[in-house]
Order: sequence, then C-alpha cells, then structure tokens
Amino acid sequence: MTALLTVLIVLFVAVALWQMVKIFDLAQVGASNTQIADDKDNRINGYLMLGFLVFIYAITIVSFIYLGDLPLVSNSASEHGPEIDNLLIISLVVIFIVQIVTQFLLHYFAYKYKGEKGKKALFYADNNTLEAVWTGIPVIVLAGLIIYGLFTWNDIMTIDEESDPMVVELYAQQFNWKARYGGDDNVLGKANVRLIDLDKANILGVDEADPNAQDDVIVTELHLPVGKPVLFKMRSQDVLHSAYMPHFRAQMNCVPGMVTQFAFTPTVTTEEMRQNPDIQDKVKYINELRVERQAEIEEAGQDLLYEFDYLLLCNKICGKSHYNMQMKIVVETQEEFDAWMKEQTTFANSLLN
Amino acid sequence: MSATVDTHVHDDHDVHHHKETFVTKYIFSQDHKMIAKQYLITGVIVMGIIGILMSLLMRIQLAWPEKPNALFEALLGKWAPGGVMDADIYLALVTIHGTIMVFFVLTAGLSGTFSNLLIPLQIGARDMASGFLNMISYWLFFISCVIMIASFFVEAGPAAAGWTIYPPLSALPLAQGGSGMGMTLWLVSMAIFIASSLLGSLNYIVTVINLRTKGMSMTRLPLTIWAFFVTAIIGVISFPVLLSAALLLIMDRSFGTSFFLSDIFIQGEVLHYQGGSPVLFEHLFWFLGHPEVYIVLLPALGITSEIIATNSRKPIFGYRAMVASILAIAFLSTIVWGHHMFISGMNPFLGSVFTFTTLLIAIPSAVKAFNYITTLWKGNLQMNPAMLFSIGLVSTFITGGLTGIILGDSALDINVHDTYFVVAHFHLVMGISALYGVFAGVYHWFPRMFGRMMNKNLGYLHFWVTAICAYGVFFPMHFIGMAGLPRRYYTNSNFPLFDDTTNAQVVITMFALVGGLVQLVFLYNFFMSIFYGKKAEQNPWKSNTLEWTAPVKHIHGNWPGKIPHVYRWSYDYSKPGHDEDFVPQNVPMKEGEEELHH
Repeated sequence: MTALLTVLIVLFVAVALWQMVKIFDLAQVGASNTQIADDKDNRINGYLMLGFLVFIYAITIVSFIYLGDLPLVSNSASEHGPEIDNLLIISLVVIFIVQIVTQFLLHYFAYKYKGEKGKKALFYADNNTLEAVWTGIPVIVLAGLIIYGLFTWNDIMTIDEESDPMVVELYAQQFNWKARYGGDDNVLGKANVRLIDLDKANILGVDEADPNAQDDVIVTELHLPVGKPVLFKMRSQDVLHSAYMPHFRAQMNCVPGMVTQFAFTPTVTTEEMRQNPDIQDKVKYINELRVERQAEIEEAGQDLLYEFDYLLLCNKICGKSHYNMQMKIVVETQEEFDAWMKEQTTFANSLLN
Repeated sequence: MSATVDTHVHDDHDVHHHKETFVTKYIFSQDHKMIAKQYLITGVIVMGIIGILMSLLMRIQLAWPEKPNALFEALLGKWAPGGVMDADIYLALVTIHGTIMVFFVLTAGLSGTFSNLLIPLQIGARDMASGFLNMISYWLFFISCVIMIASFFVEAGPAAAGWTIYPPLSALPLAQGGSGMGMTLWLVSMAIFIASSLLGSLNYIVTVINLRTKGMSMTRLPLTIWAFFVTAIIGVISFPVLLSAALLLIMDRSFGTSFFLSDIFIQGEVLHYQGGSPVLFEHLFWFLGHPEVYIVLLPALGITSEIIATNSRKPIFGYRAMVASILAIAFLSTIVWGHHMFISGMNPFLGSVFTFTTLLIAIPSAVKAFNYITTLWKGNLQMNPAMLFSIGLVSTFITGGLTGIILGDSALDINVHDTYFVVAHFHLVMGISALYGVFAGVYHWFPRMFGRMMNKNLGYLHFWVTAICAYGVFFPMHFIGMAGLPRRYYTNSNFPLFDDTTNAQVVITMFALVGGLVQLVFLYNFFMSIFYGKKAEQNPWKSNTLEWTAPVKHIHGNWPGKIPHVYRWSYDYSKPGHDEDFVPQNVPMKEGEEELHH
C-alpha cells in the first residue's frame, strides 16, 4: 500500500517535472516571442486541458479506490443514521453527475475551440431559452433536495418525549468529557458551574440539595443500551466544545451558559460492530499500518493493536489539547448496561465530606 | 438604453502635473494606479507568501506529526523546541493563516488591487472619487498588516482560537495562551482593517455611481466593475457588523462586560460573567463571515468574466443574467449565515430556514458556471496564462461549489460539520478560485500596471503545476472528511480511529509542497518582468475595455486630453460587420448598427 502510494507520488512528480522541462524548452524556442499566446500555445494548452480533464477523473477514481469506504456514509449505528446516509448518497450521486458533465464540457470546449489565427468566433450573446433551462433544472433538483433534507432534519431534531428516552448529560471541559445519567428516576439534578466544589469532588456543579440529583451517576466512559432512545443534554464549563459522534451521525455544540440537546437511538452494539466485515477490514488495515510503525507507537505508550470502539470526539476548536479530547462509547445490551450501571457510584455517595 | 448620466464634469480637471516627489509618488500616493500596486505588493505578494508558508508548515505537521523538522526550528524558534511543533502554535498557524488569506490577501489584496486599478480606468474616470480617502485606506490596511504580523512576536504567541475567534476561547487568556496579548492585537488589527475596508468600499461605490464617462450607462459596464461595485456594497453592509462584534468582544475581554460570556468555570475559578451567549457572537460573526465569502469570490468572478470573454473573442454569454446573478448572490449572501451554525444550539427551525436560503444560492451560481462554459463554446480561445487561470477558476468553482449542496443541507451538516470535508469545500470554492482570480488578474493587467509583459511560458508552468496540485491537495481531502476526521486537529495519531487516513495526509502534503514551491516561479516571473519584461503594446490582448485606450506610460489623470466617450458595451468581440474581432467601447456605432444585447 505505502509502496503503491510512493509510486503514485513519484509518478505525479515525474509528470510535473516532464511538464516543466517541456515548458522550459518552449521558453528557449520562444526567445523572440511576444508573450501573447500564438497558435502553438493554443494547441498545446488545448491538449493539456484535455489531459487535465483526464487528471480530474483519475484523481476521483484513485480517491475512491483508496479512500472510498466513506465511513460517514456506511455502517451507521443509530436509528436515524440510514436516513442521513440515504440523503447523503443521493446528494453525492447528483453532485458527481453534475461534476463529471460540467467538467467535461468546460475542458472539452477549451480544447475544441482552441484559437487559430484567422478563425472568427461566433457572436452569440444571449439565449433566453437556454438561460431558462439552466435556471430551471437547478431549481427543480434543489427543490427536491431541500424538501428531502428538511423532512430529514425535522425528523432528527424533533425530540419525541413520548418515547421515554434515557436522559444523559454530556459535560465538556478542557480537555475531557464526562457523562451524567439521571439514575433511577431518569431526571438530571439541577446543575450550574457556580456550584462546583472541588474540595467535595462536586466537579460538575450539581446541586447537592436537589433530590433529583442524589441518584445521578457521573462517569468518564459513555455506556448506552442498544435500541433505547437517548436524549443528550450538553453542557460546557469553559469554552465551546462540540460533541461529535460520527458513527451515530450525531453532533451538537456544547455552549457555556446554556444547555443544548440531541437525541438518537443506538442500534448496533460495539460487539456487533466489531463483527461487521467492513469494520474488520478497516481494523485489519489499520493494524497493518500500525505494525509498520511499531517502535514509534510503543514509544508513545499506546497499545499497538487497534480494536474498534465508538468514540465521542470534540469537534470545536477548544484550545491546546483539542485534538486529544475523546470519550469511549460502549453500546451494549440492556442486561450488560444494567449490570454496568449497578457498579457505578451515585452522586450522593461520590461526594467527599 | 436608460438615461446616461453625464459625468464628464471632470474632463477639464487639472491635467497639469503637480511637482511630485518620491514620497508623494511612491509612498503617500493618491493615484489609484499606484495605490493598486501598493495593495498588490503588500496584500497579495507579501501577505500571500506569509499565508501560504503557514499552510505548508501545517501540512508538514499533519503528514509527519510530532516529528522534528529543521524547517520548524528555523521558522518557529521557541515554539518548536527541538524542531517539534507545539500544539498551541499549530492552532495559531490555523488562525493566522485563515485570517491572512481571507481578509488580507483575498479581500484587501484582491479588491484593493483590482478595484483600484480598474474602476477608474474601465469607467473612464480620472481617478477615484477621493484620492485622499483611498490613500488613507491603504495606509490603514498597511498598519493592520503590521499589527497582525507583530502578534507573532508577543510572549504568549498570536491569536489561536481559529479565524472565527469564537468566545469564550478567544475571550479568556486562561483558556489559551493566544487569547492574551495575541488576541488583543488580532482584534485591534481587524478593527483597523475594517475601517480601511469601509473607506475603500465607499470610494468604489461613489466612484462607480458618479464618475462614469459619457455613454457608460450601468448596462454597458464591464462585468468586472459590476462585481467590484456589488462587492463593495456587500462589504459596507456586513463589515460594520464584524466591527461591532469585535468591539463587544474587546469589552468582554477588557472591561468585564458579559455580551458573549456566561457561567464559566476555568482553571479552578468561577468567572463573574453572567447572561451573555457565545451564540450571539456566532450570529454577528457570520453575518459578516458568509457575505465575506462573496466579497472574496465576486471580484474573482468579475475578473474571470472579463478575461474569458476577451480571450474567447466572444461576448460573455448572458450579460444580463450575469448581472442578475451577481445581484442575487449578493442579496442571498446576507441571509444564509446561519448555515454555519446548524449545530450551534440555535433553534432547529432556524436551521430549516437557512437550509432553504442557502441552497437557493446554488441557482445563480449554477447560472454563472453555465454561462462561462457557453462563452467558451465556438470561441476562438487564446490560451494566455490569464485565460488558463480563468478556466481553472471555473473548474474549481464548480468542484468546490457542488459540495456546498451537502454542507448547506442541515441534515447532512450534522455529520460533516467541521470535518476536513468543509476544509476541502471552502478552499476550492473560495480559496483556490479567488486565488486563481488574483493570478488571472495579475497576468492580464500586468502590462497595464507595469507597462511590460510577463513571460508566458513561465505562466504556463505556474498554472499547470498549480492546477494539478490544487486538485491533488483538496480533492482527496473530501474523502478524509468523509471518514469523519475533524479539522483543526494538531494530530490524529493519539488514537487509532483515523489511522487509515495517514497515507492520504502524506500525499496531500506532497502536493501542497510542490504547489507551494511553484509559486516561486510566479514570484520570479513577476519581479523579473517588472524590470526586464518585454515592453507592452497599448492593447496587447485586443480588448474592448477603456483601460487599454490609455497610454502605456502611467500619467496622473489616466488620459491625456479628453476622457474617451463610450458608445457600446464592452463585449463586442467578433461582431459581424466589423473587420477586426474586437470593437473597443469608445468606437462609435456604425450607421444602422444595433446594440445586440438589449
């Protein structure tokens, strides 16, 4: 793989060099030239336009071959995921068709109508029918995409309180995440950063007097039962952060001074996802790469081999260690979840006196 | 033909020369042609070199994260101890690269150079409406450049909160080193920059409205002028909002107000701020920030329209549709800012509204792209370097613009927001496109500016390598984004999720380095041609617009004697009934000849 890429790079550099040499040759020939394109320049650049068209198509194909697994389009792990993926695929198909056709026309015309001395261009200033056609087509296509998009958006952002979602707070601070569960009553206790009391280990500023807060559970690894709707309430204690859960097609900013929210239902457990052939291929490939860099990785104190896990990433620039602000997400069966939850300490019991 | 404003009152302006000293001619010049050159050298060349160099440093870090590098040590000094780039300085590079490229190079550099050069020359005016304000505008810009660069030399480093400087990160020195003195300098620099930009824009608007020569009705204006004119209007509408955001942020930072801040606990202490909201700042920022995209792009499109028509030897196709789409884009650009904020926590209903307005903007954009392509059709294309860059612009404008359909759709934005997909999108559609516009403009109007020609073969080399590298850098980047990789990460090697993108990062960096290096060819060509280029003829590209009727040697007041009058639009190329394939605007209509575009 690396070898192939190296070959590709060498190839591109060679093409670039070849072009340079060729053009420097021209520079020699044209010692007396006018610095204005003549027929020969038009011809050469016309052909290069065709070549460039091929290059655009080639880089598209190469990108698809090497990077085409598009994790944001495949193997979503939430109920609304497939909706987004379908919309994305339809949009991508539309885009690729338009891209291929318009780039063809642009570069082909640039080649086809390359200038020649004595030729006269067609005086063609206006055509209302044509204008109407290419105003009309985008209107229709975009209307379709807008309507489809808005339905999807509404569907995702409308939170169905009837479905009795599990409430989880995602709490962001420079540079880590915490999650707080409502506990047995599924109600989060009131909280404000002004109530933070580090001496008592009340790090999220939960109101100690609120009866709803007593059974809250604060953790550093997010566990979710599969198939159960989750309503996330996001808070930040310092700067803007963004809770990005790409596998679940979920993202929402965490804004100091306000609570934001996002809801989804996870549909695939971590264990099931690890068995997914696509994911296994990906993990295998990543591990091959990691073995190549073994010394470096071990020196950095990381585990050499990668095992798939869902991640919550920070996706809003938040300071020095922004790049290093993740939380592991574990999706599991209800029984596993209940067992895990039972081991956690409630807020009331976690306070130091 | 609508009423033609008779504006030749300046015809008898004092053409006799004042005694010019070195200082009044080259430094505190009030001549629009000299000010254009000043903007070109400061805004495009100097700031451009700095901005591009920063991007290369970032690319090297991303390809070979945390590896010692002699280049880092040499250029970053104490921020790259042992040659390993510090994470803080990475974010500072992200921030200042964005700021410099968007504002200094592609706003001030682009508009400052070409609006100043072309507005008076193409509408037939002796100079800008106010040469003095024009001079002040440039010098304010110069001061803001100096302050921005100076921020690299303060103790805790320059601003590092991203070019969008969202508070609270940008408001609290406790949150980030760069949010101390560095951010103060950023804000001061931008406040001065905005003052400069407003003075410039007002000048452009007034000049276009009042100083058109006899016969130059609005419907005969070259599309360059339409673009510069509308750009200036957008600037006047939206830049003051950024100024207010900057001032309120300064208040929050230095005077304890709480416009954007509330409920903050940082470094073990609760801050006093209460009741403000960072979301308010986002609204204010993007009320400028989105129109800013078009402030950058429209002048480049205007330049392209002119160059494609001239070098195709054909009228621009659909002149009225082109003007209408400029106006439509300008209007829509002020009501789409919320698409940067779909997941900011604002009401999802607002998201729906902004999705709607955002996708509407694709319609005038599509019209422009199709009209460019049709202009090429059955043309007699003269492949000058400026033409190549213009065709390149249309290509990147299409590629980059299309992905906007994904990003503008709120449902899809949830997933790709702030990933490399966004980085790829806006670099192609506004960064590279606008940069191509700058290059096209420089190659095309170099003879007008310096009286000499640039070397075309070096121009070809510059274009083709740049074009390949631009796609090489930004096309695969979409795919990295589609893997979910967030932008503004110093490295993603601390966890293995994105390890499979590492090879692509290296390839992208290779393309970036080659693309960066080839700009040296341009610089060499540019500076050598100023002194040793072949002497230019008066109208080397056989163009119709008025700037080519002025003498090659610059004179104060542009034309000796009377200002030429205008009898036709600027796109009578290959018009039947004429021997030559171009008919300059100052050539009177033949008997029985019609203005076909009306």
